[in-house]
Amino acid sequence: MPSYVITEKCDGCKGQDKTACMYACPNDLMMLDKETMKATNLDASACWECLCCVKACPQQAMDLRGYADFVPLGGSVVPLRGSDSIMWTVKFRNGMTKRFKFPIRTTEEGSAVPDGGYPITTDIDDVELSTEPASALDHPVWTFKK
Amino acid sequence: MPMNFETVEVTTDLLIIGGGMGSCGAAVEAAHWGKKHGLKVTLVDKASMPRSGAVGMGLSAINQYLGVAEGLNTVEDYIKYVKHDLMGVARDDLVANIARHVDSSVHLFEKWGLPLWKDENGAYVHEGRWQLMISGESYKVIVAEAAKNAIGDENIYERIFITEPLIENGKCVGAVGFSVRENKFYVFKAKAVMCAMGGTVGVFKPKSTGEGAGRSWYPPFSTGSSAYFTLKAGAEMTCQEVRFVPIRFKDAYGPVGAWFLLFKSRATNALGENYMETRVGELDNWGKYGSVRPIPANLRNYLGLLDIKEGKGPLFMRTEEAIANLAKKYEGEPKAFKKKMKELENEAWEDFLDMTISQALLWASTNVEPEAKSSEIAATEPYFISSHSGSSGAWVSGPEDLSGGTDYFWGYANMTTVPGLFAAGDATGACPHKFSSGTHAEGRIAGKAAMKYILDNNTQVEPNPEVIAKMKETIFQPLALFEEHKNFSTDENVNPNYILPKQFMYRLQKLMDEYVGGVSSNFSFNKASLDKAAELFVFLKEDAEKLAARDLYELLRVWENKHRLWQAEAHLKAVAFREETRWPGYYFRTDFPNLKEEDWLCFVNMTWNPTNNEWSLFKRPILDLFGIE
Ligand SMILES: Cc1cc2nc3c(=O)[nH]c(=O)nc-3n(C[C@H](O)[C@H](O)[C@H](O)COP(=O)(O)OP(=O)(O)OC[C@H]3O[C@@H](n4cnc5c(N)ncnc54)[C@H](O)[C@@H]3O)c2cc1C
Ligand code: SF4
Ligand code: SF4
Repeated sequence: MPSYVITEKCDGCKGQDKTACMYACPNDLMMLDKETMKATNLDASACWECLCCVKACPQQAMDLRGYADFVPLGGSVVPLRGSDSIMWTVKFRNGMTKRFKFPIRTTEEGSAVPDGGYPITTDIDDVELSTEPASALDHPVWTFKK
Repeated sequence: MPMNFETVEVTTDLLIIGGGMGSCGAAVEAAHWGKKHGLKVTLVDKASMPRSGAVGMGLSAINQYLGVAEGLNTVEDYIKYVKHDLMGVARDDLVANIARHVDSSVHLFEKWGLPLWKDENGAYVHEGRWQLMISGESYKVIVAEAAKNAIGDENIYERIFITEPLIENGKCVGAVGFSVRENKFYVFKAKAVMCAMGGTVGVFKPKSTGEGAGRSWYPPFSTGSSAYFTLKAGAEMTCQEVRFVPIRFKDAYGPVGAWFLLFKSRATNALGENYMETRVGELDNWGKYGSVRPIPANLRNYLGLLDIKEGKGPLFMRTEEAIANLAKKYEGEPKAFKKKMKELENEAWEDFLDMTISQALLWASTNVEPEAKSSEIAATEPYFISSHSGSSGAWVSGPEDLSGGTDYFWGYANMTTVPGLFAAGDATGACPHKFSSGTHAEGRIAGKAAMKYILDNNTQVEPNPEVIAKMKETIFQPLALFEEHKNFSTDENVNPNYILPKQFMYRLQKLMDEYVGGVSSNFSFNKASLDKAAELFVFLKEDAEKLAARDLYELLRVWENKHRLWQAEAHLKAVAFREETRWPGYYFRTDFPNLKEEDWLCFVNMTWNPTNNEWSLFKRPILDLFGIE
C-alpha cells in the first residue's frame, strides 16, 4: 500500500466535507469511511507515490510504504512541509539517516499576482501576450523576418 | 448506488478543461482579456488544481528556457534542436511560437514565488543548455495559485471528470462530465473550449505489474482524455505514432537529466562499456539525424537497447564515477572537498525528492549512496506525451505572423480543425519539447487566441438537448449495468454480463504490449502482429460497452479506460500506416526496419468522422518556414 494511513493518528479531518488527503490526491485515491472516520488509500497499484496526501495531512497520520513488488522493507522517506520550505527525513534500511531541507517558495502563500506586477501594454490583436514585452525582460518578441 | 443524478448547467464564454500547466497558462492570460472585454472564463478539472496533473508532485528542473533576452540562445536554435530530436518531424511555427513566449512564463513563475537556483552572479543555474534548476516541490501549487487568483474560485469546478465534447454544426460549444464525489451530471456551455487534459499512461503494460504499476514515469492519472476529446470532436490529429519511451533509473523511474547534464555522468553496460561510444557506428544508419548533436533521445535509447538485446545489460548510471570526477578539483583541500561533497549530495537527493520520491525511497531501502555505488537505468514502458519527447496530439493552427498563408494557418493560434476548440500541452501534436514551462506558454497563447475567437464569434450556440440527454444516460450506464446484473454470480468480480475497469485495462495493456511493441516484445512489431492487434481491438471496443462500475470511483476508472482506448486505437492505426522505422528507440517495425526519407519525411495525420464512424489516415508535408533544415 504505497501511501497509507496510520489508524491511530487519523481523525478523519474532524468530519469536515473534504478531508485534506481527499482534496489533495490527483488520482482520487483517498476515501474517508464516514463510520470509522478513518481514511484509506483505495488502490495501492494506482498510487503514484507523489505524497501530495502525506504532505497535506494535518495529523501527520500518513506515511509511505514502498511498492511491495520491488522495494525492500525498512526504508522511509518522510516529508514535513512548512510554508516556505520542506524538511525530509530519509531513513535507510541499514539504519542510516539523512536530513534535507529545501525551499519551496519565496513569496507568501496565496499572494501570486497573475500578471506578476508587469505592466500591460498590449492589445488582443498583438503577437505579444498580456505581460509582454515586460515579462520577456523588455526584449521584443521574436518574429520571422524574411 | 442511487440512480438519480441531478443535472447542473454552467454557461460561460471560455471553458478551460483540465487544471494542469497548460490550463493554468490559459487561465491567467484569458482572465486578463476577459476582464478587459467582459467575458467569463471557467475551468474544470477532474482533480484539485494545486496538485493536479503531471507537475503535482513537483519538479526539480524547468526544461525549456531559452534566455533570449540574456543572449543565451535564439528561437532558431530551439527549432533546430527540436526538429533534430524528433528525426525531422515537427512544426516550425508551433515550436517557434512556444519558444518565443516561454521565457516570459518562467519569469512569471519566479515572480509568483518559484525558487529558481541562482549562481553567485544572480544568473539562473542551468542544468543543461535549455534547462534551469529549481527547488520545485511547490511548482504546481504556485502556478495554480496564480491561475486561481486570475479567474476566481467561483469559476473553478474541481473533481469533475469531463467525458465528451458538445458539437453543434461542426463547432465545439461545450462539454459534459460527471462529479466524482456527488450524484451530479454537468453540462458546460461555452463559446470556445480549450482542451488541456494531459497525456496518456496505461495504454501499454507497465514493467511492474503489482503495486508498482502505479509507478509509471508519467502519472497514472494522465489517461488519454485530451486525445479522446479532440478525436471525438472530429479534430484532425497528428503524430499519433510518436510515443515516448524514456530511459530512467530502473523500477522507480527517477530522473536521469541532472545526472547526465549537471553531474556529467556516463552510462555503461555490465562490461563497463559506454554504448554511446561502442555503438557510435550504428548512428550512420539513421540518416542525417545520426550525426546531429545532441544525439536524438530515441537514438540514444536505441544504442542502449541494442546492448540489452545482446545480453550486455544491465545498464548502469555511473554516479560514483561522476561524483568522484566532480570532487577531484578539491583534492588536497579537505575542507572544500567536504563542502563540495555535501553540496553534491544535497543536489542529488533534491532532484529525486522534488519529483520522484519513490526513487529516493528505493535508494534508501536498498542502501544506495550514489557517491559509493552505481544504479541501474532502463527503458520504461511507452507513453503518449507530446510536451516531452513524444509528439502525438491535435493538429492546430499556427499564429498568423509565422505561418499565415500556408496550410499551417487557419485563423486562430492553437485552434484545432474544429472551430471553437483550442488545445495546449500534451493535447497538441508536432510541437514537442515544451515541457512544463513551454506548456504554460502554449496555454497562454491558446487562451489569448480563444478570447479573440470569442470576440469575433460572440454567439452562444445551444447544444441539442436530446444529444445531452443521451450523453447523460451513456455516462451513468456502467452503474446501471452493474446494478442489473450484480446478483447473477456470487462474486461480483466474475460475472459474464460485464467487465470491470481494471480487467479491461489489463486486456488493453496485454494486447498493446504483445502486438504493438511494448516492453515484452522489445518495442518491435510488424504488419502481422498489427493485424492481430486490430482484430482483437474490435472485440475490445465492443466489450467497452460492457464496462461496469460499482460506485462513482469505479465510474471514473471506467471512463478513463474508455478514453485510453481511443489513444490506443489512434496509435495502432498510425504505426500501421507509417511503413518505415523512424524512431528506433521508441519503436521498431521489423518489416520496415529502415528510415525512408523520400517517402516518410512527413506528418501522419488522421481524423475520425463522427457522422459515419470512419477513420481516415493521410500524409501532410513538413513545411520549411524559416530555412532551418
Ligand atoms: C516525472 C515527470 C518529470 C518531468 N520532468 C520535467 C522537468 O524536469 N521539467 C519540465 O519542464 N517538465 C517536466 N515534465 C513535463 C511536464 O510535467 C508536462 O510537460 C506538463 O505538465 C504538461 O502539461 P499539461 O497541461 O499538458 O498536462 P498536465 O499538467 O498533466 O495537466 C492535465 C490536467 O488535466 C486534468 N484532467 C485529465 N483528464 C481530465 C478529464 N477527463 N476531465 C477533467 N480534467 C482532466 C488533470 O487533472 C490535470 O489537471 C515532467 C513530467 C513528469 C511526469
Ligand atoms: S488528511 Fe490525515 S487526518 Fe485527515 S482524513 Fe486524511 S489521513 Fe486522516
Ligand atoms: S501518494 Fe499521491 S497518488 Fe498516492 S494516494 Fe497520495 S496523493 Fe494519491
